Amino acid sequence: MTEESRIACAIVGSGNIGTDLMYKLGRSPHLSVGLMVGIDESSDGLRLAGEAGIDTTHEGVEVLLERGDEFPIVFEATSAWVHRQNAPKYQAAGMKAIDLTPARLGPLVVPPVNLSDHLEATNVNLITCGGQATTPIVHAVAGVCDVPYAEIISTVASASAGPGTRQNIDEFTLTTSAALSEVGGADTGKAIMVLNPAEPPILMRNTVFCALGDGYDRDEVHDSILAMVDEVAQYVPGYRLRSDPVFDEDTFNTPGGDVKARVVALLEVEGAGDYLPTYAGNLDIMTASAVRVGEAIADVVREAK
Amino acid sequence: MAISTAPRFRLTDSTLRDGSHAVAHQFTEDQVRRVVRALDAANVPVIEVSHGDGIGGSSFNYGFIRTDEMRLIRAATEEATRAKIAVLMVPGIGTKEDLRKAADAGATVARIAIHCTEADIAQQHIALAEELGMESVGFLMMASMISPEHLAGQAQLLDSYGAGTVYVVDSAGAMTIDDARRRVSAVKSAVSCQVGIHAHNNLSLAVANSLAALEEGVDQIDGCATGLGAGAGNCPTEILIAACEKSGITTGVDPLLIMDAAEDTVRPIHPNHGIIDRDGLLLGYAGVYSSFLLHAKRAAERYGVDTKQIILELGERRVVGGQEDMIIDVAMELQRRAADAQVSQS
Repeated sequence: MTEESRIACAIVGSGNIGTDLMYKLGRSPHLSVGLMVGIDESSDGLRLAGEAGIDTTHEGVEVLLERGDEFPIVFEATSAWVHRQNAPKYQAAGMKAIDLTPARLGPLVVPPVNLSDHLEATNVNLITCGGQATTPIVHAVAGVCDVPYAEIISTVASASAGPGTRQNIDEFTLTTSAALSEVGGADTGKAIMVLNPAEPPILMRNTVFCALGDGYDRDEVHDSILAMVDEVAQYVPGYRLRSDPVFDEDTFNTPGGDVKARVVALLEVEGAGDYLPTYAGNLDIMTASAVRVGEAIADVVREAK
Repeated sequence: MAISTAPRFRLTDSTLRDGSHAVAHQFTEDQVRRVVRALDAANVPVIEVSHGDGIGGSSFNYGFIRTDEMRLIRAATEEATRAKIAVLMVPGIGTKEDLRKAADAGATVARIAIHCTEADIAQQHIALAEELGMESVGFLMMASMISPEHLAGQAQLLDSYGAGTVYVVDSAGAMTIDDARRRVSAVKSAVSCQVGIHAHNNLSLAVANSLAALEEGVDQIDGCATGLGAGAGNCPTEILIAACEKSGITTGVDPLLIMDAAEDTVRPIHPNHGIIDRDGLLLGYAGVYSSFLLHAKRAAERYGVDTKQIILELGERRVVGGQEDMIIDVAMELQRRAADAQVSQS
């Protein structure tokens, strides 16, 4: 693909996520970052973007809106609150927004589950890092049996959770919970987030519990989970199971009803080490998903030209 | 009887919250009503009622609760004539919505619990407690894992968010008397709000640590009747009160009525609780979150591995409260190690 056919995009937010995304988009044959927007002149992200030859501004999103017709695609890496302010402005300026905050304005997208359903949307939401890591597994199980209730626990290294995440932990749990049913296909869902300050920092860990409805087939559930892990690992190479899925038979009085069995998938995500070190798999899975979604939307934009 | 003076500290009894761990979150509404009546009669000023892992804690990971906790909280507020009803809430597990519901159900004290290094996560929830007209408490869990100075810095953050009280929480029951003393002293001199201590009895030091904390000027102390709580249990309320009264420390709680509450009302719920067995002791020894105990025992049984090995490995990995899922992870690893050992033997 030639340089000219790459679709120009902007990143709003120069924190951990925005900066990691900048590195990944730098390798994309479909997208090129033309502008990085921050609010803090001294932020590490703006400095690194400048060094990479990308236009930067610390004067906020108005600068981007003035140049809206240059950027058909904008990645939002700020906070849910900020995205709620920005989203109508992007739409008015004709930009398609890929939202990496838990704002949930557009449809929730997880690449291996429903990407192709939402390519025409003006705003898509990437849920949360925990959502990207766990909804595919719930979807894999719900594809082969009833899942009356799904529950996930995402544990990330304290060092990898920026102020946006820390001050809005409820948004993480609520948005992720919604995705377990809306995207994953469980009847009900619950998400839990834990921060672990251990040094050296731990890899991102995700545990998925799925209540199994009567008539499930253990081999089918097992194989479906493994196939999905392979699919996610295609774009997040450090995504893997810690052990074979664990099946427990017992009576579990879940919010989705009583069941006689559950499956537990224990996952870890090792990051690519683009911006933060490899422990920050939570950044990696979010930004890798964003690139995947961005590239698919870039194809649509290119065809429409 | 001595001339009555103001109590030297405020007691919070957590039998109906920390004790929830010990009964795998199976309290009935009737049990809650009877325990609240007995504690209230003994003049306990604050009674905490929640899932062991806080409101919203009902889950695969921490155990599903038998009775909707908002029903339990409402029942407690109906029974209490003097006592305030408190709830615990762990950001990341419960949500602000859970706190709103608890306030609607009549709870007036919100205890926001975070791992001792993550105080900034509690800012929103402390602000909400204030907005709801609740008294707010910042509850710094696993405080044995960090230095007194580090802990004091985190306590300062909570103080700056407007917390009415900051608690030093020995969730692992791992503090020696000196550990407790130094942490309370550091926090006390760093904040302008009140300071509390929440002790577990894994090293049989819960009462001693609470009394040492009192010498360092602590304003609030947690207990559980009969010690009913996670791990080997908490600071037994009735023993704390008896020891205080004998030391000339005014508590405001009736020593004989609190003994009755413990013996006649709480002990029948779990008659065998209170023995510090090897697993409970190991939690304190290895510095592991007390609530892991029953989950570790269950995993040991379910996956055919040793509870002791699970606890030691959890200590090695420095897991924090909320990471109960790591117990399954550790059990799987122990299974693999056992299988590998078998292969290399044959």
